[in-house]
Amino acid sequence: MLRIRKLPIVVFGLFIIVFPWIAGQIPAIGNYPDLMIFAGIYCLITIGLSLLMGYAGQISLGQAAFYGIGAYISAILTVHFELNPWLCMVIGTLIASAVAVLVGVPSLKLRGHYLAMATLAFGIIVFIVFNEEIEWTGGPDGMSGIPGLSLFGFEFDTVLRYYYLVWFFVFAAFIFTINVIQSRSGRALRAIHISEAASSAMGVNVSRFKIVVFVYSAILASLAGSLYAHYLNFINPSTFDLFFSIKLLIMIALGGMHEVWGAIVGAFLVTFLSFEWLHFFEEFEVIVYGIILLLVTIFLPHGLVGIPGIVKGWFRR
Amino acid sequence: MNETLTEHILEVEEVVMAFGGLMALINLDFQVKKGMIKAIIGPNGAGKTTLFNVITGTFPPTEGAVRFKRQSIETLKAHEIAKLGISRTFQTVELFTNMSVLENVMVGCHTRTRSSFIASGFRLPQVTRKEAQIRSKAMEVLEFIGLTNRSAESADSLPLGDRKILEIGRALATEPELVCLDEPAAGLNETETQAAADLIKRIKEKGITILLVEHDMKVVMDISDEIMVLNYGEKIAEGIPEEIQNNPKVIEAYLGGEENDA
Repeated sequence: MLRIRKLPIVVFGLFIIVFPWIAGQIPAIGNYPDLMIFAGIYCLITIGLSLLMGYAGQISLGQAAFYGIGAYISAILTVHFELNPWLCMVIGTLIASAVAVLVGVPSLKLRGHYLAMATLAFGIIVFIVFNEEIEWTGGPDGMSGIPGLSLFGFEFDTVLRYYYLVWFFVFAAFIFTINVIQSRSGRALRAIHISEAASSAMGVNVSRFKIVVFVYSAILASLAGSLYAHYLNFINPSTFDLFFSIKLLIMIALGGMHEVWGAIVGAFLVTFLSFEWLHFFEEFEVIVYGIILLLVTIFLPHGLVGIPGIVKGWFRR
Repeated sequence: MNETLTEHILEVEEVVMAFGGLMALINLDFQVKKGMIKAIIGPNGAGKTTLFNVITGTFPPTEGAVRFKRQSIETLKAHEIAKLGISRTFQTVELFTNMSVLENVMVGCHTRTRSSFIASGFRLPQVTRKEAQIRSKAMEVLEFIGLTNRSAESADSLPLGDRKILEIGRALATEPELVCLDEPAAGLNETETQAAADLIKRIKEKGITILLVEHDMKVVMDISDEIMVLNYGEKIAEGIPEEIQNNPKVIEAYLGGEENDA
């Protein structure tokens, strides 16, 4: 029976709460809370992608586009129109949802590789728009001057404050997703993954569920994009390119696609690999990712979150 | 009002199913009386599974009408037809192999319950309540089909006989009035076949109408009230088991009888 245990979530939550204090004590990892903000932003995207890919079995290579839509909507509406950033965030999710429906209705009729190709093309088109609509997006130079976030006069203007804000969003998304997985909707999604014919014979509206989960993943990616833009106060298109979509896939493949925990583990790992640990490989970084991915898919088909199961298997013998 | 005895739950009228140039079903006409077991037999490629796919909405017929409880269903989608009360099993068992035995049946409860994606995400009180209802209903179904003690096991780990039974259970969880069983005894040994046949009889006792495709003639003759024989997409005979057994056309279709009768 699929039951996601509560204890690890509580432990993880406590860890996130006390982590900045720990990092403050150890100079060597003093910059980690800043990295954890990025890890959190990636977690938001991978949680949605995990539900879409790991549970419902629909491959998307266009998640970077939704991430970019959130970031650019927030940037454009705050910089050009001076709207309230929170409002922009909401508008961003609405636009991302609408785009997800428009892209999803035709492409979710496709399966497997074809769906991957359709979303890949979509991601490339959006990337081109970010680059070419110079009047609005600043083109390849990007946009600066994006305001930070504040709530009732409280400014999220330090790393610590933004850290807690981002992780609040991550936990909300995580709990929501876990609840969905353990419900009728979650069962329907997992059923679709295995057999669309049998799912619809059981009364599951397959195309509707696919759209819903695609929209949900787009909303989370868009939120992540808005949080990114308001944190760095600067964005440019290269953040939202095809390689980032692939990197997201690497994250959930490394962490483990069939468990929502895998999304978190993978996002953490890739963040720290790319910002800290793989720095000295410079342009060979991509090759290192390739090797890691290769090793994981061969030896850990269930990703890093599959390790406890393997270890348990050893002890049972 | 003497209609009750002969009320037709399913009416198939002039149905044609063409895949390009291939005629899988040709002007097929038949009815299924409420509460009975009707078997559809015929050589491989006769169009039996295609007929199931048309009835359950996998694809719409090229021509003709399908009526369930006097309502036209030939243009409806599979999930809408499931909701109206037709369920099915598959010739090649299509269980959700990523789930437990219990969860498979719980997916079957999908169509009789409602709780949205958003309500589930916030785990509203009514969602928790409905989950409990779904679970207890699924357990009832497992008890009916005799798989209670395997409820927590992965559906994938069951032997073929139990997988076939579980698929029938999953179909029952949708609370159907008509169940289409596609070769429930295929690949089963004698004991398993007997268990499947007994289960089908008990489903009939619950008042559920059964449409059965099966190659095991002993099972078909034993449990069917009526039999229809298909050959190359056409109905070549229809009647009670005794009539079918002695029908020369049927014997010819199965044994490839001689063209010119001497």
